[in-house]
Amino acid sequence: MSVFINTKTRLIVQGITGRDGSFHAEQMKAYGTKVVGGVTPGKGGTKVAGIPVFNTVEEAVAKTRANASVIYVPPSFAIDAIYEAVNAGIKTIVCITEGIPANDMMKVYPYVKEHGARLVGPNCPGLISPGECKVGIMPGTIVKKGNVGVVSRSGTLTYEAIWALTMEGMGQTTCIGIGGDQVIGTNFIDCLEAFQADRSTKAIVMIGEIGGSDEEEAAAYIKKNVTKPVVAFIAGQTAPPGKRMGHAGAIISGGTGTAAEKIAALNKVGIPVAFSPTEIPQLMKELLKKSKKPKAAVKKTTTRKKPAAKKTVRKKTTAKKKTTVKKIGNKARTLKKAARKKKTTTRRK
Amino acid sequence: MKIHEYQAKEVFAGAGIPVPGGEVATTPTEAFEIAQRFNTPVMVKSQVHVGGRGKAGGIKYAENAEAAKVLAQKILGMDIKGLEVKKVLVTVAEDIISESYVGIILDRATKKPVIMVSPAGGVDIEEVAAKTPEKIHKLYVDPVLGLKPFQARNLAYKLYRDIGQVRKAADIIMKLYGVFWSTDASLVEINPLITNTAGEVLALDAKINIDDNGLYRQPVIEAMRDLDAEDPYEVEAREGDLSFVKLDGNIGCIVNGAGLAMATMDLVKRYGGEPANFLDIGGSSNPQKVVTAMNIILSDPKVRAILINIFGGITRCDDVANGIVAAFKQLNPTVPVVVRLTGTNEKEAYRILKSVNLPSADTLDDVVKKAIELAGVE
Repeated sequence: MSVFINTKTRLIVQGITGRDGSFHAEQMKAYGTKVVGGVTPGKGGTKVAGIPVFNTVEEAVAKTRANASVIYVPPSFAIDAIYEAVNAGIKTIVCITEGIPANDMMKVYPYVKEHGARLVGPNCPGLISPGECKVGIMPGTIVKKGNVGVVSRSGTLTYEAIWALTMEGMGQTTCIGIGGDQVIGTNFIDCLEAFQADRSTKAIVMIGEIGGSDEEEAAAYIKKNVTKPVVAFIAGQTAPPGKRMGHAGAIISGGTGTAAEKIAALNKVGIPVAFSPTEIPQLMKELLKKSKKPKAAVKKTTTRKKPAAKKTVRKKTTAKKKTTVKKIGNKARTLKKAARKKKTTTRRK
Repeated sequence: MKIHEYQAKEVFAGAGIPVPGGEVATTPTEAFEIAQRFNTPVMVKSQVHVGGRGKAGGIKYAENAEAAKVLAQKILGMDIKGLEVKKVLVTVAEDIISESYVGIILDRATKKPVIMVSPAGGVDIEEVAAKTPEKIHKLYVDPVLGLKPFQARNLAYKLYRDIGQVRKAADIIMKLYGVFWSTDASLVEINPLITNTAGEVLALDAKINIDDNGLYRQPVIEAMRDLDAEDPYEVEAREGDLSFVKLDGNIGCIVNGAGLAMATMDLVKRYGGEPANFLDIGGSSNPQKVVTAMNIILSDPKVRAILINIFGGITRCDDVANGIVAAFKQLNPTVPVVVRLTGTNEKEAYRILKSVNLPSADTLDDVVKKAIELAGVE
């Protein structure tokens, strides 16, 4: 079992004749994904790695019964590619493209929602359900079939975490890269909901980073709705405020969106936060051991203990940030961003 | 990307938002001439990419052209939060009756632009939000429908009683919303929006931050980029297609992927070092990127060791290894360099690296510890 993509996924590749598109189409096919077609306007009738290419998504869907699409086209065309996929009735769309303007994403998002489609990304590595299906660019060599669901805003950092899990024999149901942009189609909560509902997923790893408040919202959601054990990691504790750290969404604005704030929010609802991706499997094991005891305990242990060695450090950040969280509050957070260090004085004549 | 106040005012003026007259000077004499032309009292405003200019003494009132010259002399060359002032805006001083706030930002949670207005402008809006949140009014705009005039009016009523001023403010809000979209802004802000003794409504200050992802279709804005106002190494990194942020520490970091780069920095700190930078060489495998990255990091005299952490997926470790070898040949680094390459073509990579004989590590944690050890940090 898995979420969002599986053996029934019939995938088309938008931008299949491009450098990235053709390379990854072949990689996905080699992994076992049913890559049924590709789309590049003007290249219809040709083939890439044995995969038929069509001029339009509509035609590709009609001829191949595709139900999913992955997008590798440049940022200036990517939005149009999303509209085209939604319009052709595709319900699972994964956009790998990095560099799409946030304004464009704000406009396309309601269109995707209205049509009941799911968009993963943009600026993401895609998804992989080990042994079943791979959509995107995650290396198939690092995953292993199992029962941990992984969701992350990052790329290589996710690989690092997945690899650590795999090395410890903890396989995965599905690994999802939701993307590092400000406006993304699928967020942590969407994935947590899916993992909670998926019977084969027994535990969840959530990898966040600075910027925005998705992790805080996810923490609140987990407290209410998720009974499966969750281990988290948050990148960017040493990131300076006001600087974009690679990802468009990874920026501390007006003092909010800090790693410490997110770690505090997660710890508060009993989610242990690893200090290194390599510590994730260890924390997961401890958590699973505990959850094997009375079942209700899983839900209620809001003060799950962390390993003693790390205790002091975490405590410090938690304590320090708690006040900030209270002070700022959700509403003010947006404002703070807007008001970033602006001040002008004026005098009368 | 950030642009200066005077540039943001040019954009505003182009969109029909009224702003006080003003011109930019780079010398005291220029400031004198501008003030003389206006023949009114002026404000001399430092143009740097930081907030709190007023508090830092970077914004001053000048009664006449002579005073403007003296102030420009003082402000030009001034250091404001580590940035040298190279330009001042000389602008007509207004008789202020009231000061409001108008700002638009992208709200990540709702995926919509949010317009915020407050009658309590001119001051630190964060403070207003924290102490008197009831003084801030917000409107989340449907990005597909856009802002409707009645919505803009409703916001303007929160600022003014006089219907003439409400209409003027509503018009400014509509135009500001237009600027937000047409410039691919992530933030547009007028603080303060003033009324003067003549009854006019004017944008006394202007701020526009641009979403970097939108820059490819914003040639006018891109041309406003002030390379003088940016860290030269960040400029070099951008030209080399690298994401780079300068920090204060002693351990240089070269990593692929932004998330992993941040996680690596965090571990440097945890194990007792201080990261000297954030640097993501990106997904592609161009060896030249490694050379550029090394060059930038090596030019920081504080750096005592460099760690290279690559998790190969699309990035091929052998390409990175070739880059490292090339960098050693060209730059001959004197600080220790420790590498960890894992994933795609890892074995090939270590074979290539034999010629430079570098210390290596197997895991993320180990490469960090080793770098700190080699840097000799206690």
